[in-house]
Amino acid sequence: MSVAPVAAPTAAPTPLVVERGEPRRPFTLGSLPLHLVLILLTVIWVVPTLGLLVSSFRPGFLTARTGWWTAFAPPFQFTLQNYRDVLDSYNLLGSFINSLTIAIPATVIPIAIAAFAAYAFAWMKFPARNILFLALIGLLAVPLQVTLIPVLSMFKNFGLNGSFLGIWLAHTGYGLPFSIYLLRNFFGALPNDLFESAAIDGAGPLTMFFRLVLPLSVPALASLAIFQFLWTWNDLLVALVYLGGDPAVAPMTVTIANLVNSLGQGYELLTAAAFLSMALPLVVFLALQRYFVRGMTAGAVKG
Amino acid sequence: MDIVRITFLLGAVIGVPAVLVAYIVGADRLIRLLPARLQPAFRPWVWVGPALILVGLFLVYPVVATLWISVLSTDGHQFVGLGNYATVLGDNSVLIAIRNNIYWLVLYTGLVLVFGLILAVLADRVPYEGPVKSLIFMPMAISFVAAGVIWKFMYSYQPAIATQTGTLNAVVTSVFRQQPIAWLIDHRTNNLALIIAAAWIWTGFAMVITSAALKGIPGELLEAARVDGATETQVFFRMIIPLLAPTLTVIGTTLVIFALKAFDIVYVMTNGNYDTDVMARRMYGELFNYGFRVGRASAIAVLLLIAVIPVLIFNLRRFQFQESIR
Amino acid sequence: MIGSRLGRLFSVAVLLGLLAACGPGTGSSTSGGKHLHVIATWAGDEQASFKAMVKPWEDRTGNKVDYEASRDLNALLTTRVQAGTPPDLAGLPGPGQMAEFAKAGKLVNLDGVVDMTAMNDQYGQNWVKLGTVGGHLVGIFIKTSIKGLIYYDPKTISSTGVDFTTPPKTYDELSADVNKIQQKTGKTPWCIGVESGAASGWPGTDWIKDFFLRQAGPAKYEQWGAGQEPWNSPEMKTAWQSFGAVVNSSKLTYGGKNYVLSTNFATAFDPMFQSTPGCYLHHQASFITSFFTHDFPNLKPVDDFTFFGFPDINPQYSGAQVVAGDLFGMFKDSPEARDLIKYLTTAQAQQIWVKRGGAVSPNKKVDLSAYPDPLSKQSAQLLLAANPPEFDAGDLQTNAMQTAFFAGVVSYISNPGSLDSILNDLEKKRNGG
Repeated sequence: MSVAPVAAPTAAPTPLVVERGEPRRPFTLGSLPLHLVLILLTVIWVVPTLGLLVSSFRPGFLTARTGWWTAFAPPFQFTLQNYRDVLDSYNLLGSFINSLTIAIPATVIPIAIAAFAAYAFAWMKFPARNILFLALIGLLAVPLQVTLIPVLSMFKNFGLNGSFLGIWLAHTGYGLPFSIYLLRNFFGALPNDLFESAAIDGAGPLTMFFRLVLPLSVPALASLAIFQFLWTWNDLLVALVYLGGDPAVAPMTVTIANLVNSLGQGYELLTAAAFLSMALPLVVFLALQRYFVRGMTAGAVKG
Repeated sequence: MDIVRITFLLGAVIGVPAVLVAYIVGADRLIRLLPARLQPAFRPWVWVGPALILVGLFLVYPVVATLWISVLSTDGHQFVGLGNYATVLGDNSVLIAIRNNIYWLVLYTGLVLVFGLILAVLADRVPYEGPVKSLIFMPMAISFVAAGVIWKFMYSYQPAIATQTGTLNAVVTSVFRQQPIAWLIDHRTNNLALIIAAAWIWTGFAMVITSAALKGIPGELLEAARVDGATETQVFFRMIIPLLAPTLTVIGTTLVIFALKAFDIVYVMTNGNYDTDVMARRMYGELFNYGFRVGRASAIAVLLLIAVIPVLIFNLRRFQFQESIR
Repeated sequence: MIGSRLGRLFSVAVLLGLLAACGPGTGSSTSGGKHLHVIATWAGDEQASFKAMVKPWEDRTGNKVDYEASRDLNALLTTRVQAGTPPDLAGLPGPGQMAEFAKAGKLVNLDGVVDMTAMNDQYGQNWVKLGTVGGHLVGIFIKTSIKGLIYYDPKTISSTGVDFTTPPKTYDELSADVNKIQQKTGKTPWCIGVESGAASGWPGTDWIKDFFLRQAGPAKYEQWGAGQEPWNSPEMKTAWQSFGAVVNSSKLTYGGKNYVLSTNFATAFDPMFQSTPGCYLHHQASFITSFFTHDFPNLKPVDDFTFFGFPDINPQYSGAQVVAGDLFGMFKDSPEARDLIKYLTTAQAQQIWVKRGGAVSPNKKVDLSAYPDPLSKQSAQLLLAANPPEFDAGDLQTNAMQTAFFAGVVSYISNPGSLDSILNDLEKKRNGG
């Protein structure tokens, strides 16, 4: 995934989390306008999703002719039919499983590979280390469209098109720059003395990696994992191009994109389908948002 | 459920990392056979090897290959030099796509940064900051496809004589007493409509990072200024903003890259019609709707790459700066 | 460093990893028959009908059809074929695109798969020819439809002072009737909607085809289909302008261009059936009836909706009709795929969809009584009697040309003043620009 690095705001990597421990600021602005504006903005942010959620429980002929907000006035005609239809006829359950099949390995594999590489970049000296790392930073900016055609041909030659293995490798390749960058920042921030004392005790790099660095890096690894998982779960383009829409392998994003294009009638089904596709990421996000947020702020937290 | 598929999945999730570890451990055993002096020379390469190979295969080689394909003919068999670029840049619809990408660059980045900042600053001063952050950040968890669906409903259009089904048009007709607007079709609004949908998702990202940076500003600094008689506005513009500048820059570069790569929202909501096309979507079209014109598609991709180079250089410089004070 | 118990777990993990490396790619067939991957544009009710059509075959052979829907069929097929992962069977966007695939060797010849004598006997030369490229049959029709029908609600039309029980014979008569409706009711007579995802614009192209056929005649129409008629010829421009006179008039078309462009073809007719009608006439193909009943389940054919054919313009060309069909081709050869495609051509299979409504079969062996209502029977009779039946000219062209045609119509509706530049651009594309 080619996202620019989001390093901690101050120049040196800050090791401490900055969410708590600061004194609560006084309500120096006139409180009421502040609250009003903030609450209004928040409501505005929530309304679109709410509209979709409500629509997904309304029958089609109502959705086509009246706005979703009218659902709150009698007669209340809520229904589960949309969800039933969409699960029965549109292979949504299958797509869900496909999405999992894509996202989980596409998360685990890049992190594993990145962890080893990041450690080497952080704590091993070798020629061209800085140049290689710079190159990785540069690659963060490359739009993945630039890689589509050659990778497509490469896959075709190896019969990887339409296969899960192909898309795992692709997501790994695309996700490595960001993962290495993030982990390398984190590993690099670990104190030197840790490694020195371990070296004195006779530990080699392998031991240091598995016994020292990994356990301390759990928050960073967790943030990265969530980030990568959400990214691959929500991806459309990579799946569309390398995997295709064969119902046997299509993830939810592809299935729903197809539905958007083909359903003229049946917008009510689209609402249910979209919501089902959001269910898992929302759960992951809500349960683990702490880690996600930390990850975004350079994930530099001491355990 | 497929037994085969599950085994396969387990194989990938557990097996691949296991193979990787085995590779590292195994290689280490071999390296230990070397004299101690030479070990540090070989070991790093074992560790970064897999990463370098994959990055090379999926990022480096394809970029070079795309550069090469872009100077070949449409079917990929003859050398045509800059011919594809000439065709592409001479095509009015591509110029429109470029213009739209510039809209995205400016408006999308601007909207997200501004709203992210405002929300971060406001939320910082209320006790219910947590839930607010979560609610605004939540759209980040959903796919652009789902967001496209959500906003298609928001922008729904019915003629003035009918009841409105879209949220925005309902507000426009009842609160503002205006004619409903066909947001996605009307050239005056459609690009902005798409940009707003994308901004809705990413403002949470900007907000969260800005918020963390905001909390990193020592309270005493601002207090001292207030005690010295500075107004809130002055504190905001003369102290907070400059202190946040590095963070805002980082966020900004991420957004700029995204604006150049925007695909999903446009593909799902308008498919590039009504003059809303963007380069990334157009490239997809060249490949898959207009007959697999690899030469032209690659030319568009290279143009995208060129547009990104300033950001690339900026990132590199910033990284080097950070390293030098490490 | 790593205890021996861990070490053993480890080895298992490594084995799993190696398994993964040579594991299966896509979800392959499980026990119980082969899975055939089929792609077509049908969704919703049409998809259900197709599934019903293949069910007897699935039950008989124990194989399964994995159906994938996409309105962006052109793009999808191109991708898959290029990527080396084509479906087993797929709908073909039209005879034009079918010919391109066939010439590139991507379609399997069906001469040896279906019984050619039976085909010629049951379908007649016209339809078999449409599926033939270079002397070999490569496409078969799942269903067909007759285009250029004008639907109206007999109950609401009476209040407009117009009587369609004897339909207008010429387009001028129709125009006069349309104006009468507009003056009497003050409402817009026509409902039109051209949105359709990546294929947006196609309903507008149907209007233009009807005009062109009746104004310029079958010979020129066929030239157009073969890609030999200049897009900026005066006759072509006249056809577009005739359409423009309807769609660009806010007095004649419901909701003006905003409605036309943003409303999907599958719901565009809704105002016609509402308790206070917003419009009275809808121009569409015969398959639209199943869409009527989806949005308004209580509608009954004949009582609540009926049609008359697009009237003549030039009396010389009277009797010509635009027809269309859903072609199917085989991309990956296998005994199961052959069996399926053979099954799909039989009268029994065709009859299943016919019975469910929204489909007309060109297979002469399909009993006319299988049509669920007098209206669809009437469409079938019209189709079988068309003289000559002219296949949808847009579908006859290449995918790239047709995409441009659709987009051109969208541009024209957006910006009526730009007709000349739109037609010139289309002409450039026709010449390989």
